[in-house]
Amino acid sequence: MKLIILEHYSQASEWAAKYIRNRIIQFNPGPEKYFTLGLPTGLPRDHPESYHSFMWNNFFKHIDIHPENTHILDGNAVDLQAECDAFEEKIKAAGGIELFVGGIGPDGHIAFNEPGSSLVSRTRVKTLAMDTILANARFFDGELTKVMILITGAHKAFALYKAIEEGVNHMWTVSAFQQHPRTVFVCDEDATLELKVKTVKYFKGLMLVHNKLVDPLYSIKEKETEKSQSSKKPYSD
Amino acid sequence: MRGEQGAAGARVLQFTNCRILRGGKLLREDLWVRGGRILDPEKLFFEERRVADERRDCGGRILAPGFIDVQINGGFGVDFSQATEDVGSGVALVARRILSHGVTSFCPTLVTSPPEVYHKVVPQIPVKSGGPHGAGVLGLHLEGPFISREKRGAHPEAHLRSFEADAFQDLLATYGPLDNVRIVTLAPELGRSHEVIRALTARGICVSLGHSVADLRAAEDAVWSGATFITHLFNAMLPFHHRDPGIVGLLTSDRLPAGRCIFYGMIADGTHTNPAALRIAHRAHPQGLVLVTDAIPALGLGNGRHTLGQQEVEVDGLTAYVAGCSMESALEAASLHPAQLLGLEKSKGTLDFGADADFVVLDDSLHVQATYISGELVWQADAARQ
Repeated sequence: MKLIILEHYSQASEWAAKYIRNRIIQFNPGPEKYFTLGLPTGLPRDHPESYHSFMWNNFFKHIDIHPENTHILDGNAVDLQAECDAFEEKIKAAGGIELFVGGIGPDGHIAFNEPGSSLVSRTRVKTLAMDTILANARFFDGELTKVMILITGAHKAFALYKAIEEGVNHMWTVSAFQQHPRTVFVCDEDATLELKVKTVKYFKGLMLVHNKLVDPLYSIKEKETEKSQSSKKPYSD
Repeated sequence: MRGEQGAAGARVLQFTNCRILRGGKLLREDLWVRGGRILDPEKLFFEERRVADERRDCGGRILAPGFIDVQINGGFGVDFSQATEDVGSGVALVARRILSHGVTSFCPTLVTSPPEVYHKVVPQIPVKSGGPHGAGVLGLHLEGPFISREKRGAHPEAHLRSFEADAFQDLLATYGPLDNVRIVTLAPELGRSHEVIRALTARGICVSLGHSVADLRAAEDAVWSGATFITHLFNAMLPFHHRDPGIVGLLTSDRLPAGRCIFYGMIADGTHTNPAALRIAHRAHPQGLVLVTDAIPALGLGNGRHTLGQQEVEVDGLTAYVAGCSMESALEAASLHPAQLLGLEKSKGTLDFGADADFVVLDDSLHVQATYISGELVWQADAARQ
């Protein structure tokens, strides 16, 4: 795994955005080749609409994705197992998840990365739904899928420490990603407060190399002209 | 005509690259329209799983609800108070011409006239939806003849009346059937006005106080009887006095029914009211400000003699728009507040989901670039045409 440390929340967000952009361009999607982005499933709090509203206002309305290409796990489903199985099938049909982007809750489970109050419900049963999918290595085929975990803020510092400096354990399920070869943890300075100084220094020292992951690539629109001119291969992890 | 939100077959229009007035703020959001109404894009996305059929780039401009003019006496040579044979054509002409000013709904106003004029004209101006033909008619505004002699302004003295004898029956006898009437301006100090105000309010007609020498107490009583509007604040009423603020005092009165908002019309042309006075009123009671033109038939015409009801007026010079508040406030004063006054705020004067898609495209100087009614382009500035 790689740990990317940026100074502030805004820089961490920007680095993460460029990372996603580069992964999409590198993948070279087309009408027959879909780039599948995986996100943590929001677990409904009071009513399901709040999760849909969140996804709409923060993501879907800003891009031109077709509703048919969005799939949301229904955490309120009567038969959660069946819902997960069906979801699993959809992921398989899409060719697997190309890039998974998530954050961690203060309790170490995969969640959205929100600086403020979390959308995620604390009930154990629903939390397990997401972990069931995650713990399933099937989706995280080492060669194909990339994972990016965003962790910002001092209140996440302990979870980050548990995730990368302690061993893999079921209480901090994000720790499972330590072993994943294509995982990037993106955080801000505040989130590193519980890490050892040497860990932080080590990864900061690697920033020169890691920043190549976000170097500007050719624009998909102009790729026809640029590709023929450039013989450089984009940096890949 | 207008369809339902669920009209599955209708085309979905998405206006992008714009700032829309919503919740009193200018937000960087897209405006979605279907079946003549503002559409909720989130519902469309998750429930119907559909995208827009057409996208229109607004070039970074402002999208505001269409303007609603509740006091306009005519324009472009048309005088609503003239009892011609074909009143409808005159109204239609004005309705079409005001589209270029961003007005999507209006209340044709009649000044003090003899009963014969009302009996002839009123039935010829029905409520009508707007469209490519012109702005919608929300109903008539009858300003007078039940007003103060002293504060009649440009209204002809010979035709002033009172309803002392038979209250509401007098009013009915003067106006005729009230089906097309939306607003009545009267002076509350006239005898038996309270009966009349109550009767009008009971019929859903908005009662406005104006052309009056009423003191604050009389005005407050009128509000208790049902009055909700003040016709062109400051003009044709007693001036504000610190020991008796008169009708102007309604803006800050604490003796009004709880939760009732008193609206007041202002002619913001810099002439009828000093901008400083306009600002005082706005600061005292910003939610009640309603911008009106009180335009006369000479609107849009050159200098010279023109009629205004039973009188003739000289026109000399131009009018100007005077800004005294934030852009959002000004836009709401021209759209949301008149809609609230008439109880139409669910469908007019707003860009909330489900409202009628009557809106205007404005540049940063608030010049109208395009006007839409029911989601259809009904007017466009020449430069904007492609």
